Amino acid sequence: MAGPDNSFVPRALTEQELRSRRARNIAVGLAIGALVALFYAVTIVKLGPGILRTPL
Amino acid sequence: MSFATDGDAIARSQAGYSTAEPRDFLALLKPRVMSLVVFTALAGLLIAPNHVHPVVAVASLLAIAVGAGASGALNMWYDADIDALMTRTKTRPVPAGRVTPTEALAFGLILAVMSTLTLGVVANLLAGALLAFTILFYAIVYTMWLKRSTPQNIVIGGAAGALPPVVAYAAATGTIGVESLVLFAIIFIWTPPHFWALALVKSDEYGRAGVPMMPNVKGPARTRLEILLYTLVLAPVGALPWLMGFASAAYGVVAVVGGAAMLACAASVYRVREGDAANRIAMRMFFVSIFYLFALFAALVVENSLPPLLAIWK
Repeated sequence: MAGPDNSFVPRALTEQELRSRRARNIAVGLAIGALVALFYAVTIVKLGPGILRTPL
Repeated sequence: MSFATDGDAIARSQAGYSTAEPRDFLALLKPRVMSLVVFTALAGLLIAPNHVHPVVAVASLLAIAVGAGASGALNMWYDADIDALMTRTKTRPVPAGRVTPTEALAFGLILAVMSTLTLGVVANLLAGALLAFTILFYAIVYTMWLKRSTPQNIVIGGAAGALPPVVAYAAATGTIGVESLVLFAIIFIWTPPHFWALALVKSDEYGRAGVPMMPNVKGPARTRLEILLYTLVLAPVGALPWLMGFASAAYGVVAVVGGAAMLACAASVYRVREGDAANRIAMRMFFVSIFYLFALFAALVVENSLPPLLAIWK
């Protein structure tokens, strides 16, 4: 049975591949940023600002 | 310096190189279905008797929307072979070759896990569990099992599309209230006549793809009869929120007028069976059904988000 072809020949990314990768990276970054902001806001709402004044 | 490999799409994907754009991943989420899910979920959230903080409400709706998107991505991953055979779906990212099946699967799974966990943390565990059930039901029970095996596919599978208001209500209250089950019933009973109206017109395409829709398996006559029967049940069920007292008389007017319009369309679909007129009437039924569902839920959203108007209407 033939297995996967592992004889890859490395090459430089094409312009289109670089462009689409950059666009995907920006989209992932924005999504993660939005998620962080969302979790921060929900934490403040659910626990209240008093969480910042909790004695150590 | 970056390197990639030649070979097929899967090899490129394994090597980490892809030409997929963010908009292709957005298309995997089925944005139009997602917007309907958000709208019906918003109604479920607003009819809840208790107040929900706006931030928690937005976060919950976002999680439900992403969960719906995950279902869409998993559906497109699994159905790429039949999507490629139908004009309506052949330009989707996977059959068009813009996103590899592996990318679509990974995207869907990650979003499914993230959305259910987020809803579980932000709202409550019941809501998170219901969202997980909805995604699994759509991806496994409908997409992988029912869709290719029975003409009742969209009847039973319609439960997945009907659950978002129940999930949202649970996010607000921590329970499954009878009000949310009524909204579930409306969408559940609305789904068959809506999709069968389209299937009557597109039966050739479904047949070519081997999807056993009602017109292909039981024939157009039986489909027209079932559309009429489901609509006869749908019209009174659509008025239940008013009859049960958790929607205003204004909603009642929308439901009665909308239900009458749906019945008129269904009767025309049943009566006119030949030629272009039959197709035209079936497509009218399809679009009227979209407007009907939108009108019902818009009425609920408006009267529950605008209390002054509610006071006037009641």
